[in-house]
Amino acid sequence: MSKDVKIVKRTIEDVTKIRRTRLYIPGNNPAMIRNAPLFGADQVIFDLEDGVAVNQKDSARILVRNALKSLDFGDTEVTVRINALGTDFFEDDLAEIIPTKPYAIVLPKAETHSQLLQICDKIATIEERNGMPIGTIKLMPIIESAMGVLQAEQIALATDRIVGISPGGEDLTADIGAERTVEGEELLYIRSKLLIAARGAGVQVYDTVFTNIRDKVGLILQTKKIVRLGYDGKACVHPSQIEPIHKSFMPTEEQIERAERIVEAYQLAQKEGVGVICVDNRMIDVPVVKRSERILKRAEAGRKR
Amino acid sequence: MDFVENIVGRKIPKKINGRKLQPFMGLGKYTMPTHKAASRIRRRLPGETKLLHSIDEAIEKSELKDGMTISFHHHFRGGDNLMNLVIKKIAEKGIKNITLAPSSIHPVHAPLVKYLEDGTITNISCGVTGPVGDAISRGKLKGILTVRSHGGRARSIEDGDCKIDVTFIGAPTADEFGNLNGVDGDQACGPLGYLVPDAQFADLVIAVTNNLVPFPCNHISINQNHVDYVVEIKEPIGDPDGIVSGTTRITRDPIRLGIAKTCVKVIEASGLLKDRFSFQSGAGGITLAVTKFLSERMKELDIKGSFGMGGSTSALVEMLESGLFTRILDVQAFDKVAIQSLKNNPNHIGIGASQYANIHSSGAAVNVLDTVVLGATEVDIDFNVNVVTESDGRILHGIGGHQDTSEGAKLSIVALPLLRGRNPVVIDRVTTVTAPGMNIDVVVTDYGVAVNPKSEYYRKLVKSTGINFMTIEELRDIAYNLVGGAPDSIPFEDRVVAIIEHRDGTILDVIHQIKD
Repeated sequence: MSKDVKIVKRTIEDVTKIRRTRLYIPGNNPAMIRNAPLFGADQVIFDLEDGVAVNQKDSARILVRNALKSLDFGDTEVTVRINALGTDFFEDDLAEIIPTKPYAIVLPKAETHSQLLQICDKIATIEERNGMPIGTIKLMPIIESAMGVLQAEQIALATDRIVGISPGGEDLTADIGAERTVEGEELLYIRSKLLIAARGAGVQVYDTVFTNIRDKVGLILQTKKIVRLGYDGKACVHPSQIEPIHKSFMPTEEQIERAERIVEAYQLAQKEGVGVICVDNRMIDVPVVKRSERILKRAEAGRKR
Repeated sequence: MDFVENIVGRKIPKKINGRKLQPFMGLGKYTMPTHKAASRIRRRLPGETKLLHSIDEAIEKSELKDGMTISFHHHFRGGDNLMNLVIKKIAEKGIKNITLAPSSIHPVHAPLVKYLEDGTITNISCGVTGPVGDAISRGKLKGILTVRSHGGRARSIEDGDCKIDVTFIGAPTADEFGNLNGVDGDQACGPLGYLVPDAQFADLVIAVTNNLVPFPCNHISINQNHVDYVVEIKEPIGDPDGIVSGTTRITRDPIRLGIAKTCVKVIEASGLLKDRFSFQSGAGGITLAVTKFLSERMKELDIKGSFGMGGSTSALVEMLESGLFTRILDVQAFDKVAIQSLKNNPNHIGIGASQYANIHSSGAAVNVLDTVVLGATEVDIDFNVNVVTESDGRILHGIGGHQDTSEGAKLSIVALPLLRGRNPVVIDRVTTVTAPGMNIDVVVTDYGVAVNPKSEYYRKLVKSTGINFMTIEELRDIAYNLVGGAPDSIPFEDRVVAIIEHRDGTILDVIHQIKD
């Protein structure tokens, strides 16, 4: 590595940004790609993997590459789900997509720490070759196998590029031999384990898709469950899922009001140099303040869209 | 050909087909005629019958000759058989040079193209959708197409600009003495509002029906005193499946739904959304969704509106039934729910085209409308709207009530996606001006909302929050950037094939033959 290679580190913003909704857009659908910033999702994922048939892989890759080069997506965060390491398309996906600077690469079938390091090396080489600071492109691994779940901590900690992890519900339930249900008991352990792994590594965690696009009630129920678990967002397979998910992430008036008081009390205490703060006769620690800040950020995002 | 430029910057021939054209000069500026036209006086003595049994017999009785003007309604929309049937008979009789002045021509009228070619029909006055419009664009009509709005059509008939010699009214139900309605029978289509001026002002009125009922029928839409003959035929005058759908379904396209939601925000921000609010809906994808979201918002805010104006749909009927409006004023119905409502609910009131939108009348309903949400094929940076020609210059749509409602309503909103396929629709200059920009207050797109700086709601709207306001030029720039630049201008021939009338009878624009 030459001396003038720049490196960018992950920032607090990278791991606290509001990402309630991550909308999958098939990489071979030009109209949807063009309309990506209009759906109101916090993040879009241009999909080169499962959403694209094998004989469409090249055209999708070219379309997404050109869209990233020439379209303005405004304040919608843009990521690309590439094909997994070990597939015929992986190398080409990386080589074509990295230079167009999406915010992150969504990495399917993440299983081991070493696999992540290998991918990071490849990305770094492409970044360097294209004059980009190393670490520009973030990673969002999806864990889709029992092995991946066992390695979740190692995956989340593997590299500074990682800003968040998520379970891949369909593949995971198949891999562990479970049945996918609306209630989602079969994923409870996995969701919990990934949440702890993410928080332990200081990154975000996003839930898998809800596949029945007609069932708004089921979507809201499931989203509220994962919000209570502590999840930061949820993937969407259709734009119509965005609004129900945003509504589910919207804190209640009581939560907002209490969060405001906690943050205010904390700021005042900081200013006056007071160590211990109390709100509603309860002692408030830093994690509680952080959670309150997250609530306020979500409330602000919820008022916008 | 001598041209003059009108106030929207369009070159208008001074004379065409023997008609002296007045260029459009702005709302209320044109000196109108002093008196309405009158129809020929007819007499029915006691004991005379009106009943006939074939179209042939009706045409013979009508004494239809070369060069006359005939009309039909378009309430059967895509299910209409009557116009094709009658014109085929006229052609068989060798009658030529007919001016066809129905309330609209639809794709189902594609068989008429051959009668344009053989000179049976040489002039057309109305909005045209489908293959007939395409044929006119290619120069197949020997005379000229005069495109008028619904209100403009009513005006032209009542003022005598468009003298109807014979009108053929497809009647879903008729009694033998000539009372007609549109709510009963297999071909029920709702109000027969668009032909009320024809019934009153034509020299001869012929009703054609498959459903003859004993005198007197109930729910009378057109009265016996205007109807000269009632023709009962076996051949279906309309196909029920093409006339109406069960219910008009709301779009699931998230982009269109997003535009509809923004429209409701704009209406609310204008301050008009309060008790006694009035609104005109449509059956198009976006406007139907606006009706739904508006309904939800009115419920949330506990607002009781005054009237909703149709084209009525099940969505509008639902608003009436849930008390969000106290009345529906209705000139046409788009689905079965709306037809049943017109039949059974006394607060659902059928009106005629003149009552709806004629500027030369003592009061058109559009004048008391708070807001209307309209579609368009193009809008330009002067807010001029085109609903008639496609981006390739071909005539493919009518004006409908667009021009009337946008001029009458306090707040006129044009809602459309910024691109259609690969075509930008917010552009420098519309292909054809069908409604002047001075009547358009707001353009709502998926990328942002532009308010006409000349709108009286401008200051209020741009100060409101939660709406992505930008200038119309910014919208155009986004559109052009998305498609890689401004589209090339369309090559036209010199020949003028159509004129676009403003609702007052002056000329907004002309359409030239396209280059094949």
